[in-house]
Amino acid sequence: MSAPASPPRISRRVSLQWVLGATAALATRDRQLHAADPVVTAKGYGPDPSMVKIYQPGDVWPLTLTEPQRRTAHALCDLIIPADDTSPAASAVGVPDFIDEWISSPYPAQAGDRRTILDGLKWIDEESQHRFQKPFADLTSGQQTTICDDIASLKPKSALKKAAAFFKRFRDLTAGGYYTTPEGAKAIGYTGNLPSGTFEGPPVEALKHVGLM
Amino acid sequence: MPVITAEKLQKQYDVVIVGSGAGGGQTAYTLTMEGVKVLVMEAGRSFDVATESAMLQWPSHAPLRGEKTPDKQYGFHDCSIHSGWEIPGEPYTNAHPETQHQFRWWRQRMMGGRTNHWGRISLRNGPLDFKPRSHWGMGFDWPIGYDDLAPYYDKVEMLIGVFGTNEGLENSPDSSPGVLLPAPKLRVGELFMQKHGPKVGARVVSIHRAVLTKPQDADTIPAKLHPGNARAQRILADSMRTRAPCFWATDCHRGCAIRANYDSQTVHLRPALETGNLDILPDAMAREVTVGKDGRATGVTFIDKTTGREGHARGRVVVLAASSQESVRLLLNSKSNLFPNGLANSSGKVGRYITDSVQSSLSAHIPAFENMPLHNEDGAGGPHAYVPWTRHAQNRQAELGFPGGYHLEFTTGRQMPTMNAAGGVDARSGSTSVLYGKRLKEEARRHYGSQLGIGAQGTMLPNDGCFAEIDPEVKDQWGIPVLRFHWKWTEAELNLVKHQQQHIRDLLEAMGGKVSKTETDPARAIRQGGTVIHEVGGAIMGAEAAMSVTNSWSQTWDVKNLFLADGAPFASTADKNPTLTIMALAWRMADHLVGELKKQNL
Repeated sequence: MSAPASPPRISRRVSLQWVLGATAALATRDRQLHAADPVVTAKGYGPDPSMVKIYQPGDVWPLTLTEPQRRTAHALCDLIIPADDTSPAASAVGVPDFIDEWISSPYPAQAGDRRTILDGLKWIDEESQHRFQKPFADLTSGQQTTICDDIASLKPKSALKKAAAFFKRFRDLTAGGYYTTPEGAKAIGYTGNLPSGTFEGPPVEALKHVGLM
Repeated sequence: MPVITAEKLQKQYDVVIVGSGAGGGQTAYTLTMEGVKVLVMEAGRSFDVATESAMLQWPSHAPLRGEKTPDKQYGFHDCSIHSGWEIPGEPYTNAHPETQHQFRWWRQRMMGGRTNHWGRISLRNGPLDFKPRSHWGMGFDWPIGYDDLAPYYDKVEMLIGVFGTNEGLENSPDSSPGVLLPAPKLRVGELFMQKHGPKVGARVVSIHRAVLTKPQDADTIPAKLHPGNARAQRILADSMRTRAPCFWATDCHRGCAIRANYDSQTVHLRPALETGNLDILPDAMAREVTVGKDGRATGVTFIDKTTGREGHARGRVVVLAASSQESVRLLLNSKSNLFPNGLANSSGKVGRYITDSVQSSLSAHIPAFENMPLHNEDGAGGPHAYVPWTRHAQNRQAELGFPGGYHLEFTTGRQMPTMNAAGGVDARSGSTSVLYGKRLKEEARRHYGSQLGIGAQGTMLPNDGCFAEIDPEVKDQWGIPVLRFHWKWTEAELNLVKHQQQHIRDLLEAMGGKVSKTETDPARAIRQGGTVIHEVGGAIMGAEAAMSVTNSWSQTWDVKNLFLADGAPFASTADKNPTLTIMALAWRMADHLVGELKKQNL
């Protein structure tokens, strides 16, 4: 399926209106697709949690994302960290769940991200609907890339500033969430966390690499 | 005698110790091995390092990937519970609204105190550090010198297990032959700095840290530490044999379930309990040192946090090791007709002369580290190398504008990834957009481990502007009046930080580093008072009763049977981290105390 030739200028203008919540019709649909309680009332894990337990997202506080939001987050995570020959995609190691946990956090440091991510997921689905008449998760990767390239600029045009801030933050959370898993750590080149009887120091090839041999 | 509840307190102890960290642990160990009956009172709960500390957990095993939260202020897997800069119900205040005049106070309410998450860096103070006034014309000379403490540094290092090398450096003393455990091999980044550092006068040597790089010599060390005391030797040998050497994984800040690194419970309190001479009372928040009509300390009043009830523990001797400022607070809150300004405060010096390490840092991207061939460099869960201060000739001639000096700490390499593992990847790759997809994975991998941060920790001599007093209005959740802090940097600290920033920049650039940003204003570059968690002083030792709170034995001038065993008696902060010196001072004090008890002097 080829991507329809969508005129991005109009799309951006319209999408800006959507971000601003301009139409009642959209707001109604939004409640169905993107229902989310904006206020977190859950408590944190307190000053004395078990440090040895293995936690899953949702264990300590309830998660936020609706099924459509989850699908969108899933697709976006895998566009940001796709699988390759040696390492899995972000969704395969639970990054969408982690992002849900993050934006559902009762702690102040994550409160800003909650708004950014929820608004951004909404924006990207609406942008997808507008350009390709489908939610983001159902687009081809080429179509997804078209949208993301528009908002991946480090110096975005003013109409896209909010969407670009969302994309940067979502990318950072996806990358952080990915590389902090055992599989992601391996993908970035971390080979530690492995008990050993001895510590041998750097191998010859590492010493050569920095000109020490 | 075991871990007890308030109902099981003995009628009287020989010694009541407040605090179970480095100072309280060492004091309890030394005393109980000599048959003294001891109570250790701890404000936090019991904590089992072997079953409760996270060892091989990944960040993804923790909520929020282990990031800091107000509940876990050093991250989820950091070995700290009920701890932090701000603890609900336990406020402290600052007299001034400006950040540069404020002090931040880390409290660690758990058995073993801060030794649980300590970085284990174990550097000795040098001869110059004890005599700042004689050498640099500022501060106060301590009433003891390096030679007084050297035998105790040896003993503590043998007991806790410290790796490192002897380098023959001025003012960064060697240990006696055979004391140190073998230093681990340096990592590639540490070797890289060792090669390039000399271009800018930085000499990289093995650091000293309290981590076992091989099993302790349980056959010979106990006899050296406890000559003529067969029982103590046996108990210590047994304790040493329960400690495994490092398995070269897990950040030491997480604590150590295999007991390879030092914490107070593992090394001090376990063998002390074995002697049968120790009771430990957890969840007991000390409120006041009680005093008899004769002006002698009689014990400690505490709040039992499990019931909210007040209790009292009686002792012939009281030792405060609650952390320097918590001990200050106890002294100031122990007011009576005999001591209207607080206990041991006839000099008015209680709370005065707080110092902290003078720290600033800088980081850079080191292109030489990009695309490093894969290898595991976890090592001993922290740094293997550091840059000691070597410019003594320069500052003897007062060329530098500050007393003392500073050392550099850094952690290079491919550490367990955090949420920031791919941080800065766009700029470093020269990308004008937010990278994603295949390119993100390639660039993250290429740059991983190529960022190098260096922190400097420098000398601080006491000044009149850094002190604590009792806040006239604010009380904690138990109704105990809290501390109010005052803080002031002097030109000396600001000059020191200026020098640090330039030197670190030079060093990073000598390694080909691209320094991201430099803070030229030292008042902004300097880490806020207290935030290095090296705060000491507040009840300094001295040669004269009018100018200090304790004598050279950390015994208060005013109350003969009251001693301090934490950082409070430090008359200044060296460029070395304080914990090893706290333990050496505590052992020396406890030896003296045993002698005084035997002589019926207390």
